[in-house]
Amino acid sequence: MATTGQESKPGLMGWINKRLPVDQFVRSQLLDYYAPKNFNIWYFFGALSLLVLVIQLLSGIFLTMFYKVGEATAFDSVEYIMREVDYGWLVRYIHSTGASAFFVVVYLHMYRGLMYGSYKAPRELLWLFGMLVYLALMAEAFMGYVLPWGNMSYWGAQVIINLFSTIPVVGGGLVEWIRGDYAIADSTLNRFFALHVAAVPLAIILLVALHLVALRQVGSNNPDGIEIKANKGPDGKPIDGIPFHPYYTVKDLVGVGTFLLAFCTVVFFVPTFNGLFLEAANFEPANPVSTPEDITPSWYFTPYYAILRSIPNQRLGALAMLLAILAFFFLPWLDRSPVKSIRYRSGLYKFFFSIFTVSFCGLMYLGLQKAEEPYVTLARICMAGYFLFFVTLPFYSGKEKTTRVPQRVTFHE
Amino acid sequence: MNKVAAFLSVSWLALAGAASVAAAAEGAEAPAKETETESLDWKSWRANNKVDSINSLQRGARNFMNYCVSCHSLKYLRYSRMAHDLQIPEDMLQKNLMPIEASVNDYITTSLRGSDGETWFGKEPPDLSLMARARGVDYIYRFLKTFYTDPSRPTQTNNLQLENVAMPAVLSDLGGVQAAVYRNVERVVDGKTVTEKEFSHFELTTPGRLTPQEFDEFVRDTVNFLDYAGDPSQVERRSTGVWVVLFLLVLTWLAWLLKKEYWKDIH
Repeated sequence: MATTGQESKPGLMGWINKRLPVDQFVRSQLLDYYAPKNFNIWYFFGALSLLVLVIQLLSGIFLTMFYKVGEATAFDSVEYIMREVDYGWLVRYIHSTGASAFFVVVYLHMYRGLMYGSYKAPRELLWLFGMLVYLALMAEAFMGYVLPWGNMSYWGAQVIINLFSTIPVVGGGLVEWIRGDYAIADSTLNRFFALHVAAVPLAIILLVALHLVALRQVGSNNPDGIEIKANKGPDGKPIDGIPFHPYYTVKDLVGVGTFLLAFCTVVFFVPTFNGLFLEAANFEPANPVSTPEDITPSWYFTPYYAILRSIPNQRLGALAMLLAILAFFFLPWLDRSPVKSIRYRSGLYKFFFSIFTVSFCGLMYLGLQKAEEPYVTLARICMAGYFLFFVTLPFYSGKEKTTRVPQRVTFHE
Repeated sequence: MNKVAAFLSVSWLALAGAASVAAAAEGAEAPAKETETESLDWKSWRANNKVDSINSLQRGARNFMNYCVSCHSLKYLRYSRMAHDLQIPEDMLQKNLMPIEASVNDYITTSLRGSDGETWFGKEPPDLSLMARARGVDYIYRFLKTFYTDPSRPTQTNNLQLENVAMPAVLSDLGGVQAAVYRNVERVVDGKTVTEKEFSHFELTTPGRLTPQEFDEFVRDTVNFLDYAGDPSQVERRSTGVWVVLFLLVLTWLAWLLKKEYWKDIH
């Protein structure tokens, strides 16, 4: 019988490898996967997103063991977890902080992709899968926020679900169908629970898997935006690449430690983060006859919320909000520049990109403020800056004045 | 590469800084500012309670059981948990802090029926388990300190923090009865000068059994107890957190050394 190297391995691993390609998988995914050696700190956030996903799945499973879905029991069961379940407070704060941490790392991960042109050919599908993960994550976060059945859960759900009523013709019926009732009610809570703990997590896991498979196919981009596969040594390995394991596994360990330091500082010392991660109004049970003073969505939705609010017509506002999110999906085709990384792109691009950056952060801040002057006008200006980036891109990017892209990656020890 | 380390440590320090600012805002580490005379601007009053002070919490629990529990529940907190966290001996708990018919593992509930509350006050007195989290400790502190005489109200009292409050001034035998003194303020509205009444300060019309300082401590202890009741594990959480952060600092430092070792032959 002809045997290859791995099959002839003795012992248990040999037995397993004959039946399941463990060694082959480890080799292809970690040892023989060559990543550019010039990753900077921005490249921590992909691995960290995966870490937060695992944190959320595990803490979520434990919460599900004690959480009691239903409008009569949900709020009480969360307090039960906080007070009577051993270390229930820890698991709950990990999960609530994890939701915000997820968006922190995902936003930074996406921003890295924007800066270094990681959405451009041949990584369009990689980018699209990432965007779908982001969409699923927004749905997951929104429905998770409803589950504690606090007053902000209730009224937040009311506002968000009502957005669907702006859809012409089917809007009204659609909203009723989503709620399963004429108002946000027990049926809404039950279905959100089903979606939050089963359907959407499954979708996220599948999409993350596709995101990773696509990444392995095309390889990682890097801060210089050049393809390391174009420069191979005599051994067929990219000259500027290094095996993912051990180099990036040990490096990511430093990122993980630093992230956990920040994460645990929040969990143990400021779990509400002064109302940003857990809002005060949500410590009051859902009350359909008492609207909280200001209904604000969680901080990670506020850029879009600010856009929604800055247009007086609700239907147009919802449309603008949708466009603001969908714009990212078209980015690989809006951007026609042959150069990927911002390091070698034109001053014009850097100008519009800076405006976009300031606008996005501005909208995030303004969405948390009251809907009054000067915030409304500022939000309108920021909205213009946000869309300006996407709208102008196809017109100048094809012929912009780029600087010379190096042959080899820049690497400073 | 040291740039990376520098950035990581700077960003963590920045976050820790932001966190401690947020913690201060949360009232977790409130600076004790003892002023002889209270500021006239009641909106600036702070509870400045110390939730890790067992003595203050014990006094707060006593205050709550004497003055609040006849109408308000703490339906998420058990007597036994409170006694354990506040180091109250069981015989003292049963003798002084619990109704005779209750068992130590019962939740702290009022004997007032909700329907009676609605008949008598127009509103069922709310459960106070999460009041400190929902409204904040400063809110409760200001609420308890700003009752004043108002003959137009059915209870003869009103409140600055919660206007037209249904609750009567139940602490007036301790803190005394105070009247609100107003001053006239001239404002220009749409080009016209209007004279408006604005709150100036309180005047103690009938002194209570406690001096103003003693009453202030009484309120502070009570607020402190409600702060504890809102999140009973918070003291344990913070003390555990110190060890978690120290552990992670060591772990990250070791990971950093490991990374440096592996990467020294990458050029």
